[in-house]
Amino acid sequence: MPINTTLVVALAVIYSAGFYLLMQRSLMRVLLGIVLVGHGANLFLQAAGGPAGEPATAGTPIGAVSDPLPQAMALTAIVITFAVTVLLLALAYRSSVLLNDDEVRDDVEDRRIRQAPESEDEPASVISLREDGQ
Amino acid sequence: MTGLLVAVPALLPLLAAGVSLLVSRVRHAQRVVSGVALGAVLVDAAVLLVVVDANGTVVLRLGGYPPPAGITLVADRLSALMVLVSAVVTIAVLLYALGQRVADHGPTVTTSFHPVYLVLSAGVMLAYLTGDLFTLFVAFELMLTASYVLITRGVTADRVRAAMTYVITGLTSTLLFITLIALVYAATGTVNFADLGEKLADVDPGMRGALSLLFLTVIGIKAAIVPLHFWLPDSYPTAPAPVTAVFAGLLTKVGVYALIRVQTAVFAHHDVWHVLLVAALVTMLLGALGAVAQDDVNRMLSFLLVSHIGYMLFGLGLFSKAGLTGAILYALHHITVQAGLFLVLGLVARHTGATSLRRMPGGVARQRPLLATLFAIGAVNLAGLPPLSGFLAKVTLLRGGAASDDELGVVLAGAAVVVSFVTLYALARVWVIAFWGGAREGDADAERSDAELSPVMTTACTLLIGAGVAMAAFAGPLSAVADRAATHVLDVTSYRSAVLGGQR
Repeated sequence: MPINTTLVVALAVIYSAGFYLLMQRSLMRVLLGIVLVGHGANLFLQAAGGPAGEPATAGTPIGAVSDPLPQAMALTAIVITFAVTVLLLALAYRSSVLLNDDEVRDDVEDRRIRQAPESEDEPASVISLREDGQ
Repeated sequence: MTGLLVAVPALLPLLAAGVSLLVSRVRHAQRVVSGVALGAVLVDAAVLLVVVDANGTVVLRLGGYPPPAGITLVADRLSALMVLVSAVVTIAVLLYALGQRVADHGPTVTTSFHPVYLVLSAGVMLAYLTGDLFTLFVAFELMLTASYVLITRGVTADRVRAAMTYVITGLTSTLLFITLIALVYAATGTVNFADLGEKLADVDPGMRGALSLLFLTVIGIKAAIVPLHFWLPDSYPTAPAPVTAVFAGLLTKVGVYALIRVQTAVFAHHDVWHVLLVAALVTMLLGALGAVAQDDVNRMLSFLLVSHIGYMLFGLGLFSKAGLTGAILYALHHITVQAGLFLVLGLVARHTGATSLRRMPGGVARQRPLLATLFAIGAVNLAGLPPLSGFLAKVTLLRGGAASDDELGVVLAGAAVVVSFVTLYALARVWVIAFWGGAREGDADAERSDAELSPVMTTACTLLIGAGVAMAAFAGPLSAVADRAATHVLDVTSYRSAVLGGQR
């Protein structure tokens, strides 16, 4: 299959920009990253279908038209990414209303557990297990 | 006629979800619709398993297009087993959710839970039954989008962060999945599993290995394989108990199923199996050690969930009949017991008003002997002590590991035993703190919340924990079916000829 260099370069740029944004702290940038990578993925599906062919009208020989399957898949993928992006936008709005900022935070409980053993109040669990074990 | 049996588990819940939205104003109607739909799926799944086990793989070509062009639904023994056990879990969790709803809000409230839950079960079933990569993607999306809604329903300030993490992680894996499909299509020009298996044999081995690894990454995020597991213990425990139970029981196991199906039928087994075994080892150990460190019981169970995904990877990574039989048995066992334990601990949390071990008043065993019994059976089962279903699955896995000619298989078998003990330790800790001993302070609270434990909810728990016991009681026929399922999964040519038709 001949490879369209322009598309490949465009895809590389879109993917790297998208994943760069995905790794940011700001929720808005993460969202834009997801939108970008989503476009990249859909474009990639098109590129996977091979070079463009004739429009599929009556009389076109079957071999000359574009492969319709990647287009159908891209359509489905577009609908899905669109729906989920809308959900994510609503959630981001909710998050900004509830938390008053749009920063993506670390796992709170995880940080608590990491710090717990150093503090003097040892978790109750450890103490009572020792009592029962001896 | 048998084709209809394959379509029902995926299509009926979707249809019912639509009906459920329409009748949301009618009293009790949503409950009836959900119950009837999921009950019908359960009956259908049981019949499907019998038919498939007797007559071999059933294939349904949607729209009548011959494969590989159209969408095919394929039910072999592995799919049918997974559909049946998942149907049991969806019903039990529905019961529990109904009980909780009635206990909290009275019987008349309508809710968005039902349609979303039905879409989730449709997605899960479709993932088990699909015969091509793109429909697998659509099934995952159905399931995940429904799960996004379930985890963010009525979200509060401290839960919105965890829900965000869950949605963003899920979306990232979705985008990688689309990329994978594009790459696979560019390499072969097909997405049908059976057809792909044949065409990928001609593709350059390096390319095939890369595609296989990308698939492992995509599913690794969805199935929470270490080091891609970080989102799971963060997000699952924040959801309400029934939602967590159905996520923990089904969503990750759908990932494991997809991995088993695709790594055997599509990618030749020598591509990634070494990576799989190492991932299995790390997943088992890190998950179990993480569980020991936790204070919140739901987080502890979530880490155990991650750890036990490692067992199924171990069975798949061996690529032997014994290993695969073990993986299938383990998946079936783990679906029921993990969902059951989450539900039981949900009841304990309702009873005591706490999920943190530090704040648990203790003495549940004396106040609630039934709950304590259910937890004890579930815990013993999850740790894999005889004579329950966990033991059956683990012994099959260990036998497969010991028989493997690679030393890594033997190392993993050893690790599996160690991890069982760590699991037992983590669960025993909960037992000692929450169930044993006299109630410390907060006795009055416990008395007050006593009335809230509805019999419907305990029935749901009993159903799931009892399923583990039943699996042990019928261990003979069950392992025979799992054995035949594994044989069929490894026999790729018969899968291909069943799907593509008898032309070869």
